[in-house]
Parts: sequence; structure tokens; C-alpha cells
Amino acid sequence: MNIHEYQGKSLLRENNVAVLDGVHCTSVEQALSAYDSLGSKVVAVKSQIHAGGRGKGTLYHPDSREHVMDGGVKIAFSRDEVESYANNILGNILVTIQTGEEGKLVNNLYVEAGCDIAHEYYLALLVDRDNKSVLIMASTEGGMDIEDVAHNTPELIHKVVVDSNAGLLGFQKRDLGMALGLQGAALKSFGKMLSNMYSMFIKEDCAMVEINPLVRTGSDEIVALDSKISFDENAEFRHKNWDDLRDLSEEEDVEIRAKETGLSYVKLDGNIGCLVNGAGLAMATMDVIKLYGGEPANFLDVGGGADEEQVKTAFSIILEDPNVKGILVNIFGGIMRCDIIARGVIAATEALSLEVPLVVRLAGTNVDEGKKILAASTLNIHAADDLAEGAQKIVALIGGDE
Amino acid sequence: MAIWIEEDAKVLVQGITGKQGMFHADKMVEYGTKIVGGCTPGKGGQTVELQGKSFPVWHGMTEAIEATDADATVIYVPPPFAAEAIMEAADAFDSVKGEGVIVCITEGIPTLDMVKAVAYVENRPGVRLIGPNCPGIITPGETGGAKIGIMPGHIHAKGRIGIVSKSGTLTYEAVAQTMSIDEGQSTCIGIGGDPVNGTGFIDCLAAFQADPQTEAIIMIGEIGGNAEQEAAAWAAENVTKPIVGFVAGATAPPGKRMGHAGAIISGGKGTAEEKFEAFRAAGIACAMDPSELGKVLLESLKAVGLR
Repeated sequence: MNIHEYQGKSLLRENNVAVLDGVHCTSVEQALSAYDSLGSKVVAVKSQIHAGGRGKGTLYHPDSREHVMDGGVKIAFSRDEVESYANNILGNILVTIQTGEEGKLVNNLYVEAGCDIAHEYYLALLVDRDNKSVLIMASTEGGMDIEDVAHNTPELIHKVVVDSNAGLLGFQKRDLGMALGLQGAALKSFGKMLSNMYSMFIKEDCAMVEINPLVRTGSDEIVALDSKISFDENAEFRHKNWDDLRDLSEEEDVEIRAKETGLSYVKLDGNIGCLVNGAGLAMATMDVIKLYGGEPANFLDVGGGADEEQVKTAFSIILEDPNVKGILVNIFGGIMRCDIIARGVIAATEALSLEVPLVVRLAGTNVDEGKKILAASTLNIHAADDLAEGAQKIVALIGGDE
Repeated sequence: MAIWIEEDAKVLVQGITGKQGMFHADKMVEYGTKIVGGCTPGKGGQTVELQGKSFPVWHGMTEAIEATDADATVIYVPPPFAAEAIMEAADAFDSVKGEGVIVCITEGIPTLDMVKAVAYVENRPGVRLIGPNCPGIITPGETGGAKIGIMPGHIHAKGRIGIVSKSGTLTYEAVAQTMSIDEGQSTCIGIGGDPVNGTGFIDCLAAFQADPQTEAIIMIGEIGGNAEQEAAAWAAENVTKPIVGFVAGATAPPGKRMGHAGAIISGGKGTAEEKFEAFRAAGIACAMDPSELGKVLLESLKAVGLR
């Protein structure tokens, strides 16, 4: 689960990581009064969306898609500039390298005081699969495209692996700080900041904290100028405050509804709807549809223990997509029984008066019973014995690759 | 022989009085798994009825292992308590007998809990963790066998193919594919797809290579991370038995992401294409469609004179 920069900064502030003064705004008026209250001549006016590359992004009008302004993060030198930037950002669509072409509607703005920057660094904390522990990465090359830095000059990315029993140790902070060329007061400030950020990472169940840039000010203080924070969704049960931090407008409405009923759904661009149990098998089903010339319309994992009602919900979600011309159901029953799936498929087909072709492949627990139930129905359901046959049938039924 | 779990392994169930635990414990007994009882804190001294027979329940794992000399445990404890259950089992196996296998089925355990639990297990070298968020491990027998997890037992048969997979239902698909060419399985392991887990691909490949019953291996990966690439490189040097591979997710759209840290750390993008490439470079025979795993396996077996 991602949160906005302004929310991340308030979390950092609570955890004693230095950030600049700033105000979250949702209107131009608020942006202007923020400017007045900050008492800083120069301020940054920053679009708040859950994606990176905002500074180099482009703003468009939401209806006409007319170009409005280059850059989703602007430095304003006067009250008038704050007004014009806020006007250009709020209510418009920001397209960045990470949003995809459709971009994201900007509803939130962060107006932040200026700062005397001596150097920009990169800092990230995340859980590393290979080391199975928290990894801290830092680089002197802050503010740049860090993936290019990692690719072209990997020696400029410094890493520290934290032993989960021992925690972040003094020498690790010192080594990392010195690798960044810090000394004296700045090195001390960096060490303190890193301790506090690591504690926050653990306490708040973060999945990733990325600060780019992290800056050293003219007075040798270490300050987080940006913040990208995401949480580990599995830990939601112990963080009641996450509900307030969640911005549902950043998530697809249909994906939220799917999640509420225990389904995992992601919409895609093709025309063959899929209903599968298990994430790996769901991905493989999409792969095989493509292999035989079709295009999957979605990823849909009904999970391990779906009942009739969930199957019906799954069908109705798939059919909300007007591009869907056929549906392939692929179930390998483990916990899930094929007879229950078969009944669910028939109930859903009748209730939704399904008009598009439907291919059902069942295997595993109670498969014979499931197949009998489908065969006995008068509905137009095509059976398949394996995934390849299922994919070939549905591709043929909708008239191949169009 | 098989790997890690013998056909007659004695198995405990943590969370045996819960709905999930009881349902699957019953299925395991039905399959022939030698369940010796279970644990639920606060319910020690009670019994649980499975397949018409009565099984004892203990409060804690130490007393349960002392009483039963169990070889393995399977965890069906809800996510908030699952990491603790893993560590309790690890401590108990380590202190009572110096070894044991922990299979954690639970899905949705906080990642930082697993960071702690995996480090805890790794500090006890005789203890092995499989999972979490996986279907478990099964060693089919001539009659019955040891099914430790949630996989449908009836689709398996004893044989010479070792299977390792990140994904649950795709493992079943691979099992069905071996059966379609009249081959059975030595041991099948679902290692789970969580970012931080116990046993990995390389552990499984090494064990299959050393196991006389296993004559060929199926390895199934998913997009994300670089465990498959590392396993392939390791296999090229260390595994002489034929391996057949598949990677799910070739058509998955690039995930919506925020920030760059993940991409930097893995070095690559973890795409299916990258992984298939690594498989081929290591001499692993690839199926582009899981329905063809059987066919590709048959060809691989023929190529080395095993069919």
C-alpha cells in the first residue's frame, strides 16, 4: 500500500527524521495561505500522486487532454507563481514515466518551504529477498535517475544489510555515511537520521522507504526532501491508522470491489476473460491464451476456497469489461471442489444471462462430478480437459486474434 | 528415499483445533499421513477426531515433540500468530531432537515477521522451514504416503520425478503432467512465492540431485526477483539429472510501482523472458505451456535413456 509524499513526511517528522516545513492543500486558496504561513520566499509546489517521475512529468486537461504544463513539481519564487502552478496542477492529469499513458488525476498538493542544498544523496530501505533482511542503499548521486546510476556506475551504490537480531549497528551507519563522503556534524546527523528511519521502517511495517533526494544543507544537517513510502499490506491488521492514509482514488474501483469479496483482479487490454484459482496458474492461463493467439482481458484469482457466490461475483466483474468476448474458466481443485465450481458457473451463467462463449476446464478434487454437472446443463458451456485445449477452444470461439 | 520427508514421517499439526487446521488434518489422515497429534495453546489435553480416530492436543510444541518424537509439523495458524508458531516449532525441534521440518501453509504473514522467523530458523541448522504461503510438501508412497499441506493427495503417485514450484496450483498442474506420461513423483515441494521464505529452489535442487529415488526434476518459477536465475546457474554446475522448467507470468503487465529501489536491488527486472533465458542457458528444457510439461519431460527422459 502506497501513501503520498505529504503523508510520508508527516510520518518521518513524527519519527524525528528532519523534513522541511510544508502544508497539504486541496485547493488554490489553501496553497496561497500555505505560502503565506510558511514564511519562505521560495517554495516547492508538488503534485501528490502515487508514482515517481513527477518532476519530469507533464500535466494535461482531464477532458480535452490539452497540454497544461511541463513538470509536476515546481519551484515558485512568488505568491503569483504559487497561484499559477497550483491552478495548473490541481484537477489536471499528471503523466509520468511510472503512471502509464493514462496518467493520474491530481487532487492533492504539497507546498513546502525552500532549503539551502549543499549536496543531494539517494537513500532507500527495503526488504531484500536474497538476504532475507532489511537492506539500506545509499548513493552520492541523489536527484538523478538512480536506476541509470545502478546500471552504469554500480560502485556508487552503497549497501548495508541489517541483521534482524542485532538491529542497525553504529559501525554500519558510520561506514555508510563515510561512503557518502560525510564527516563531522553531517556524519553525526546522518547516523541519527538513519537510526530513526530504520526504527520507523520496522515499527510501521514498511515495505519500502525511498528518499530521493536526501540532502545535506549548508549547515550540515541531513534532511529528507522527498519521500516515497509503501507499507506491507499483510501487516494491516496491526495498523488501524492505515485506513486514514489509504487514498482510494489511486486504486481501481473494480479492483477494490474484487478485493472486498476475496478475489484478486487486475484489468488488462485483451478480450478473453479468465477465472482461475491460484495466482501462478492464473498467470500461466494468461500466458497460454496469448501463446495460442488470444489476448487475456484480465488476471483473476478466486483464491483457494471460493464458493458459489464468489464465482458469481467473479463472473460479473469480468463481464463489466465491455471488451470481453469470451471467458475461460481454469480450475485445478485442491481445497476447492470442482462440483462446487461447476454449480457456481451454472448459477452465474443463468443469473447473468451470459451471452459470450464460455470454456471451462476442471481438474483435481471431484473433477468427475464437476464435469457431469456441466454436461447435464442445457447451457452453452464448452468443456476442456487441459489448459492448452481450453485456450485453443476459447480463441477459436471468439474468432481468433483480432 | 525421498527428500526431507519419508513416506512414514510422523507429523504434528499446529492450529489443529481451528477450522482450517482440522479440515486439512483430516484430509492428511485420509491420505495416509502419519499424524501424531497437534498443538493449540490453551487446548492442551483435549483430543481431536479425524477420520473416526482420536488425536491428542498439546499446549506447546516442546511437549508435543517430546511425547511423539515427531519428524515434522505443519502450521495452519492465522497470519498474526504464524511467525511465532514457526519460531516455537524451530526452538522445540532444535532443543528436543536437533532436527525437524516445519511446513507453514499460512498466507498473509507480515514480511518483517518472516525476516525475524527465517533468521531464527537459520540459527538452528538442523531445522528446515518450507513456505510460508505454500501448498506444502508431499512424498507419495506405494499406499498412502506423507502429504503435509493442502494439495489434493489423490492426483499423486510414487515415482522418480522431483517437483519444486513457487506456485500452488501450478504444482498440481505439474503433477498431473507427470501422470499423463505415466511417471510418478519422489517428492513435490511448494516453496511459496512470498518475498521472504524458508527453503529455496537451490536447496530443493541439491536435495533432488542427492536423492537416489529422484531421476529428473520439474522446476516451476514465477516472475519477480531472481531466485530462478540463481537456481539455474547453480544447476548448470551442480545438477546432472535432467530438469524441465516453466515460468509463469510472461504476459503479466509491468507492475504499477512507486520508486526504483526494487529494480536496483534485483539487478534485473525479474521478467519471465529473463528467467526462461537463464533456464535455457543452464541446459534446462523449457515448456512454454504448462500443458506441455509432460511432453517436454518425456523427451528429456528419452534423451538420457530413462525411457
